Amino acid sequence: MSTAKDSRFGTPEILFGLSVAVLVIVVAVPMLLIFFNAFWVDGHFNVADVVKVLRHPETYKALGNSLVLSVGVTITGTIVGTFFAWLVTRTDLPFKKSMKLLFLVPFMLPAFIGALAWKMLLSPRAGYINRFFMDVLGFDGPIFDIYTYAGIILVETMYLFPFVFIQVSGALERMDPTLEESARISGADLFTITRKITIPLVLPSILSGALLIMLYSMAHFGTVAVLGIETGIYNIPTLIYEKIHQSAGSFDSIRTATVLATVLVITAALILWLQNKVLSKGRYQIIAGKSFRPTELKLRGLRVPLFVFCLLYIGFTIVLPTATIFMVGGLKTYGLPFTAENLTLANYNHILFEWDLTRDAIWNSISLGLSSALVTMFAGVVISYVIVKMKVRGKGILEFLGMLPFSVPGSVIALGVILAWSGKFGVNLYNTVWIILLAYIARYMAFSLKANSAALEQVHDSLVEAARASGATMAQALRDIVIPLVRPGMIAAFFLIFLPALRELTVSVLLYGPTTRTIGVAIYTLNEDGETVYSAALAGIALVIIVLGEVLIKRLVTGKNNS
Amino acid sequence: MAYIELNQVTKRFGEVVAVNQLDLSIAQGECVAMLGPSGCGKTTTLRMVAGFEDLDDGEIRVGDKLISSKREKYYLPPEQRNFGMVFQAFAVWPHLSVFENVAFPLRVRKLPKAEIVARTEEALKHTNLLTAAAGSPDDLSGGGKQRVALARALAIRPDVMLLDEPLSSLDPHFREEMRFEIKDLQRRFGFSILYVTHDQSEAMALSDRILVMRSGLVQQVGTPLEVYGSPANRFVFEFIGLSCFLQAGLSPAGMSIDGVAHPWPAGVVPPDELVAAGSGLLAARPTEIDFVSERGVRGEVVRKAYLGETIDYRVMVGQAEVRVQKTRRVAGPAVGEFCGLDFLRPHWYPVD
Amino acid sequence: MADVRIDGVGKKYAGRAVLSDLSLTLNDGECFTLLGPSGCGKTVLMRLIAGFETPDCGVISIGGEPVADAASGQMLPPDKRGLGMVFQDYAVWPHMSVFDNVAYPLKLAGTDAVALRERTLRAVGLVGLSGLEARLPSQLSGGQQQRVALARALVSEPRLLLLDEPLNNLDANLREEMRFEIKALQQKLGITILYVTHDQEIALGISDRLAVMDENGVLRQIGAPEEVYERPVDDFVFRFLGIANFLPVRRDGDSLYIGGSMAAWVGPPPDKPGATLTAGFRPSDVLLARDEGGSDGLPGIIRRASFLGAQVDYLIDIAGTLVRAALPSHECLARNLLFVEGDRCRVELASVQWFEGNIVAGDRA
Repeated sequence: MSTAKDSRFGTPEILFGLSVAVLVIVVAVPMLLIFFNAFWVDGHFNVADVVKVLRHPETYKALGNSLVLSVGVTITGTIVGTFFAWLVTRTDLPFKKSMKLLFLVPFMLPAFIGALAWKMLLSPRAGYINRFFMDVLGFDGPIFDIYTYAGIILVETMYLFPFVFIQVSGALERMDPTLEESARISGADLFTITRKITIPLVLPSILSGALLIMLYSMAHFGTVAVLGIETGIYNIPTLIYEKIHQSAGSFDSIRTATVLATVLVITAALILWLQNKVLSKGRYQIIAGKSFRPTELKLRGLRVPLFVFCLLYIGFTIVLPTATIFMVGGLKTYGLPFTAENLTLANYNHILFEWDLTRDAIWNSISLGLSSALVTMFAGVVISYVIVKMKVRGKGILEFLGMLPFSVPGSVIALGVILAWSGKFGVNLYNTVWIILLAYIARYMAFSLKANSAALEQVHDSLVEAARASGATMAQALRDIVIPLVRPGMIAAFFLIFLPALRELTVSVLLYGPTTRTIGVAIYTLNEDGETVYSAALAGIALVIIVLGEVLIKRLVTGKNNS
Repeated sequence: MAYIELNQVTKRFGEVVAVNQLDLSIAQGECVAMLGPSGCGKTTTLRMVAGFEDLDDGEIRVGDKLISSKREKYYLPPEQRNFGMVFQAFAVWPHLSVFENVAFPLRVRKLPKAEIVARTEEALKHTNLLTAAAGSPDDLSGGGKQRVALARALAIRPDVMLLDEPLSSLDPHFREEMRFEIKDLQRRFGFSILYVTHDQSEAMALSDRILVMRSGLVQQVGTPLEVYGSPANRFVFEFIGLSCFLQAGLSPAGMSIDGVAHPWPAGVVPPDELVAAGSGLLAARPTEIDFVSERGVRGEVVRKAYLGETIDYRVMVGQAEVRVQKTRRVAGPAVGEFCGLDFLRPHWYPVD
Repeated sequence: MADVRIDGVGKKYAGRAVLSDLSLTLNDGECFTLLGPSGCGKTVLMRLIAGFETPDCGVISIGGEPVADAASGQMLPPDKRGLGMVFQDYAVWPHMSVFDNVAYPLKLAGTDAVALRERTLRAVGLVGLSGLEARLPSQLSGGQQQRVALARALVSEPRLLLLDEPLNNLDANLREEMRFEIKALQQKLGITILYVTHDQEIALGISDRLAVMDENGVLRQIGAPEEVYERPVDDFVFRFLGIANFLPVRRDGDSLYIGGSMAAWVGPPPDKPGATLTAGFRPSDVLLARDEGGSDGLPGIIRRASFLGAQVDYLIDIAGTLVRAALPSHECLARNLLFVEGDRCRVELASVQWFEGNIVAGDRA
């Protein structure tokens, strides 16, 4: 699209240079410092120490735990996700459309808040359900102990299965129904078709979703932190947290953390590489043609029981924990039964209007979310413009650097930011909001690049050329054609960043200082300090903010499509 | 001898009657094309024969066997009908090799291994796919994929082949080639074909009889020549090929267009009821109008486009436009000239 | 209104010459078509004229004014060339209404509000979209979107209209309709049009003159449609413009035979020297008769007969070579020429293009 005349000012080179600079500062430097710290001791490359760290029981136990937990969650989440996806797309389940939306709700709920709720319900001694069984029904012990591997896997599954659900239901919906019909006319019954045609065709989507679950679970801090600490179940992110926080930043603990971070990065890279391979090799062209509705499997006698099962599942994973959070948040003291005289709005009032710690946290999260979303949105649109539309050498570097944080777990980014901005280069941002902001920008840049690149790719070169042929200069074409057309992508990018940033825990828990708690950190630390009631109340408020945000984004997005 | 019989077949989608009391019988080894604009019910009819749709009335038989019946509430499931079917979007399975795609219907029938191999290879041979057998169908062109679909349908040696716009996803170049391949296969194996298309020249070239449909109602069933030469009504006339219409005032004395009297074109006598009504539509194909120096309907040439093999004229007769197409070897009038039009095979329809 | 002069223009991509030393003149007010296979460089030439590409050598001038001169490095940017352009993918701006799309060139030119409104509405009317001004492109059909693009290209009364395969994405009926409309608009406005396409039927139907470009970016023939179709300079042009039949002919003394056979050639005598020749002819050149034992024409056997409605297609075996014939159905009916496979027939050729040497038969539709 660029003409020879435009290069007179070297605009592409300037934009390219700026983009590279931003990504180097925000992404490359912190990442490199992690590897540097892990492998470089006293000016020497050192593998022996790394091995020593890895052979420490604490380390390899955490590694093992990460592996066991993420594999477990991946298996259960994939089964649950695939089953429900099949149920809402290929059977005559009642109210399929609404059910489909309901199965997406767990995505909105932060897993660590879910973990908090389940702790309140199923902790072996104090959990409300366990107490009900023991006190009222006279059981000898708790019916389920949430502080176990099984408990953690269960809770993570509840909130991560939508990764698979979304991928698989999407693939099943887009799949050309004649692929299955041609198998029927070939003589295969529905069971054979499901086994031999449908499942193999959506297998790439299943695997891709499964790997996303694994990636997420591997790097997930909240649930393990809430449910595992009590019984000493650590995974890599919680151990990194433990090292940084409890050891007050001693050199040894930083080294251990960087080694752990390196292991995490390598595992994540491996998972993403696998996912890429699955996607590029195995994603079949299965979308085509004039479509009829695919043949629905008649559930017959199972129709109502399966429907009830779905409702129970949703009630159990969404309604019950959410209600618990709000109820506990309203209790005068944790542990009291839920009776009218025990419930009060005073906690919510206290948190919102009286207590500096929580008010700061809410304010910090909102301002961090807004500013990181704004910065990444604008930086993202410029960088994607360079990547998608400009013909400059070396833009592959931009793509690599921009997408890198997507594969880097939050705790690793946080660690890298600590290494880079705690005075090493004469700038000490530790304990300020700025260090969190930097980490957020690095973490969410990939989201912005994805949304903006997708929007820019829709703007065909001929649209700009048509403007040029109409008499518009390059600048006018950008102003009148390109910017208006990528605006929806930018808005999408903004919300893709703002909403997750609002509930973020993994990164900020490593970076917060006395006055720079985020909502996530506040909920987590209050819970740690035994302030369960306030912790729940704040979580309730966080849920309200998140739901409002989601509703707003839906409004904006559908409003855009209708006009 | 009727092999496939559709009796009073009806299908409704909500309020819409997609197919209305359709009767059709197809002989063994015959190829019948269902032709019509999109939404006319032709695909729904095919899907009812295939067994993907239930009937709201009527029944379908193949041979002496009932396969769909509203009254008996009996529907043989598609997988037991033993039909071959080819879809518009190919519907070959990308996770299976070409060979396994074709072998699939034989495998689900649990035939002996050796027979599966033999019959798959035979089907591949007839569709010129033997060399591609081990590869993935994704590596084939559109035409290649459609051959896989054909081979898969052939493998079970069906008596009935259902084709749902099998050529419309192909490049025009391949379309013609595949047309002849399908015809050749039919000749070799002798199956009956029920074919859905919206392309009239495809229907003409391939089928023994054509069924023209509109809004769920059968308009005409006949050989290609019958449907083209003796269309049952104005819709069929307009749907099959190019057409032009002149609204004419009619009286026993003669014909007038836009108030101007024209002599009867030679041998063109409108039906008495139209003369009695005082007006009618004179319909003709652009290729079936000759330029004559005397007699004929007078008009002025307003456009002449040289298109290579044909020359396309636009002639104004009063306010009405008549399109004339002659081969390039006919020296016709120039733009601005007045000419006489002779209608070689005109049709008359009432003015609506 | 302007003529376009292209003088010795060359363009390379990654070291490969797409165009070299190409010269061409478009007359003021004519509809000129650049016809060639895909990837032949015809679009590159159009983009050079539009200013989206810079020539490596040569000069391009529009209306006497040089707009690109490789020697002096002078380049007028596309927005200063006074062009209208229509793209294959419409390139209608999806966020603007029909009115805003069409009005945009006028807005950039600083046209005052009253004139802008009036001229925009006139352009919208010209392409038959009156009443749809407030619609967004997504609410229009493909054909309507292409009309918006056309109105937008015409609204500022450009001196040159560039059309880059604008009808490719439309279905056959719409394509034909739009072809006639573009032609009518051009005659009405007297505008110079450069039309780029690979579709020979559009090229023949729309142009005053056309140029046939081969795969290497070389112009093989320039002329009026009838001239190029009836008197092609070589077999490339002959093949490219339609279905081509080739029959090898061998000269032996004074006698002519078909291919390697002993069957005598019957038909127009060759106008080219040499012992090995090829007779080229169109399906419409084939005149058929029933074989009733006479000796008029070449003996043939019908290999395939397809009734297609207005026309009947035959594939005929003449002494081992397959040729295609197309006859109007009514003629076949009137003269008893509805053959079936295996029938014997007699073939006369109404006109023949002679080519030297033996050209392998091949169709190019």
